Amino acid sequence: KEEKQRLRKEKKQQKKNKEKNDEKTSHEEQPAGSASQPPAQPSPKAVPVPASEAPAPADKPAKSKADLKAERRARQEAERASKGKKGDVGQPAPTGKLKAPPSELQPVVKRLPEHVQVDNPEVVKKLAKKLERQQIPLRSDYGYKVSLFSHLHQYSRKAPLTQQLGIPSTVIHPAIVRLGLQYSQGIVAGSNARSVALLHAFQQVIRDYTTPPNEELSRDLVNKLKPYISFLNQCRPLSASMGNAIKYIKKEISNIPSQCKEEEAKIKLLNCIERYINEKIVLAAKAIAKYSIEKISDGDVILFPPNCSFNVTISTSISSSLVNHILCEAFEKKRKFRVIVVDSRPRLEGREALRRLVQKGISCTYVLISAVSYILPEVSKVFLGAHALLANGYVMSRVGTSQIALVAKAFNVPVLVCCETYKFCERVQTDSFVSNELDDPDDLIVTRKGKTQLEHWQKVPSLGLLNLVYDVTPPDFVDLVITDLGMIPCTSVPVVLRVKNVDQ
Amino acid sequence: MELQAVLMAAGGGSRMPDLTYNTPKPMLPVGNKPLMWHPLNLLERVGFEEVIVITTKEVQKMMSTDPKMKDVKMKLDVVCIQEDGDMGTADALRHIQQKIKTDVLVVSCDLITDVALHEVVDLFRAHNATLAMLMSKAHDFTETVPGQKGKKKTGEQRDFVGVDQSGKRLLFMANEADLEDGLSIRKSIMRKHPRMHIKTGLVDAHLYCLKKAVVDFLADNKSISSIRGELLPYLVRKQFSKTTNCPKSKDDADDQTQKTADGSTNSTELLICSRDEPLLQLAQERSCWNDHRGDMSEAYHGGKLRCYVHIMDQGLCYRVNTLAAYIEANRLASKLLEEPAVHPSAVISERCQMGPDSIIGAQCQVADKTSIKRSTIGNSTTVKEKVKVTNSIIMHGVTIEEGCNIHGCVICSNAVIGRGADLKYCLVGNGQQIEAEGEAHSFHTSTFNMLSLFSPPTVTRGT
Repeated sequence: KEEKQRLRKEKKQQKKNKEKNDEKTSHEEQPAGSASQPPAQPSPKAVPVPASEAPAPADKPAKSKADLKAERRARQEAERASKGKKGDVGQPAPTGKLKAPPSELQPVVKRLPEHVQVDNPEVVKKLAKKLERQQIPLRSDYGYKVSLFSHLHQYSRKAPLTQQLGIPSTVIHPAIVRLGLQYSQGIVAGSNARSVALLHAFQQVIRDYTTPPNEELSRDLVNKLKPYISFLNQCRPLSASMGNAIKYIKKEISNIPSQCKEEEAKIKLLNCIERYINEKIVLAAKAIAKYSIEKISDGDVILFPPNCSFNVTISTSISSSLVNHILCEAFEKKRKFRVIVVDSRPRLEGREALRRLVQKGISCTYVLISAVSYILPEVSKVFLGAHALLANGYVMSRVGTSQIALVAKAFNVPVLVCCETYKFCERVQTDSFVSNELDDPDDLIVTRKGKTQLEHWQKVPSLGLLNLVYDVTPPDFVDLVITDLGMIPCTSVPVVLRVKNVDQ
Repeated sequence: MELQAVLMAAGGGSRMPDLTYNTPKPMLPVGNKPLMWHPLNLLERVGFEEVIVITTKEVQKMMSTDPKMKDVKMKLDVVCIQEDGDMGTADALRHIQQKIKTDVLVVSCDLITDVALHEVVDLFRAHNATLAMLMSKAHDFTETVPGQKGKKKTGEQRDFVGVDQSGKRLLFMANEADLEDGLSIRKSIMRKHPRMHIKTGLVDAHLYCLKKAVVDFLADNKSISSIRGELLPYLVRKQFSKTTNCPKSKDDADDQTQKTADGSTNSTELLICSRDEPLLQLAQERSCWNDHRGDMSEAYHGGKLRCYVHIMDQGLCYRVNTLAAYIEANRLASKLLEEPAVHPSAVISERCQMGPDSIIGAQCQVADKTSIKRSTIGNSTTVKEKVKVTNSIIMHGVTIEEGCNIHGCVICSNAVIGRGADLKYCLVGNGQQIEAEGEAHSFHTSTFNMLSLFSPPTVTRGT
């Protein structure tokens, strides 16, 4: 019987290895090798676990066989337990192989989100089928897409996804519908806000959830969340921070022991969410503010009367909620500095940032990004916020950030990026084309003096409007990354990721 | 569950007494379907599965016998209220407060529209609004109304509606009747929304999305009896009142317990707190979005009570509460309905001229040499030879003898129009009989005054 098991596992491993080779990053293999050494477990256990952390594509065709596999797994676990081996691997982890990494053996093969490929009809068909299965309407693309970005989705704000949903939405929880609407209309924008709102909506979902009979909470709740996540993805592509939050929640749900009563489980999950938000967002912001304040004061604070020009002028780019928070805290700690807010169309988020800073009493200057090279000689430091930090040290942030970093480098002005660790992402990107987000091109249309020049842009065949949302900044332009773990150089991001995985 | 639909079908139709004398307003045929079928159809198309219908016993009886109502696939939970009782719409909501478990969508039975309902509900969802309503630009009724001498200005009182720059947020609402000297707008509103558009030519569609907290508030406040007349202006005013805008620094739970501890004195307060308020607050703080710019305040000016309106400028939206609206609705009903204009069971002879705008009901019999243009003919109606029917509404069970000429009339159920009658712009009541060779222009009949015309054509005018 043991031999049969081993044969089966080897076959599985072969199949998974073949698909693992299709994965894009190679650095997963190294930590995979190293991490499997430390836990001194008997080898049959080490073998199935990396095989079981196989990437996403394997899961889809196997979805229909998930039940069979779960039964097989249960049988294997029972056999293992009866043989007197330690039962730590044989935890009740019936949510499918992907989601239940055993506690010692780390999930060394990470599942990366697949790249969006809208111009590949097969991928689009697969996506449409998946959405149909989950009963979520497919949002259609809008307008002409610039050819370099034709592999990305481009939606129109005037055609919300709710048009195709029934009004008292029964398939999707109302809190999620509301959230999706707020995302697509831009009411909740910014990666921190989106993550907090997402977790808040999940809290409501969990509160209203009841386990159907003959189902386990740990498996069923995760399955319930999948269509919601697809829906939110259709409304607006998920950000890296949201992805990490979702992974955390799924892990927490699948780790709920099956004996746990429903009420207790729900309370436990709600507390987990609260703790996550508290630790990763609120306290992290405080820690980052503490570190940054050191940086602000470092030799530059001059207690001059207010109408003198200060030495410390800081440029804040394109509204990050975190940088806002830092500056407000620094101001409360009585640092004297002046802020220059750089803004860019079409979102003009800098206006809101400006309002918040001025409300606190900080003296600010407001420029558009086209004036950056003019204003940089006055600046002593540049603070940037990040949407995500990629595993090769690149910073993914709002479009325009890499420009500012480039110009700052040319002027020898230090660039500091502030980012919480929950935004660190295992993806690797060296350019802004492969994975990005296209916003509604009609946002670029502006009416001045009653005339709207671009009103009929769709009729002009050679004209395309491009409204990019993100871009990546290479680590050469970034001097320091301030995280809640401390101040690290950009190239240490993979180390942090590895440490984080080991912790978890 | 997200929204519960409530259909208000207990209204009396006080503005069209002749039509509603025998048939209650919700069952008046429009396009050969009862009036209340139209909002129910709208709800069904959008995806509702259950509707709470508030109506009278009479209507409930008629509903159960009407074949068209059987087409409605949703589950109708009928709640009967007294007919003679002076129940306003808000009183009716209070009556069913126990059934309301979530936010409500209140619809009036006389609404005929093809609005994309998600526009109204999206406003309600996205901005976490307390009230979202639908309004439409008013269309002038072009048809001559039978029984009216010339185009009488109805003298309807105007509604003044103030919206902000985006056209979505409702800032001000008042009826001309309530304003004595002039329109006064509070300074606090002007400070927060310095640009306000005030519109008067709007028709309120009586479609409201209300938060559950409002229904609970109604239960405590028995003085409010009409949604449109009292509740709505109250909510719109309350957006800018100081009490709801004070920044709540205490914990949410403390707030609620404090309010309930105070008991009677604070029962009139509208509690719009939601659970997890601190999380929502955090999300809003971190989000770089504001609904207005130019002043130093945060999104929505920190106000929790928000009222939104969706103003339709294209598409149909009619409230059938006057005769003119009724006629107009019948004209356009053929556009709204997806069914074929001529019912398959109607027997229409080949030499009949029928215009494309006409609707013929079930089991009708239309004889030779008739001409039916732009008219609606109800079920089981018999139209004999050489009849010319234009621009008219003929209800069920009517018999029209030969040689009649009917132009611009409304003929109610079971009436008999004698041979050779010539009717222009008349309103014939239920079960009336028009004698042969009569001629009438702009005449109203009701059960009390029988119309008797003599053979030599005489033109009679009267009301």
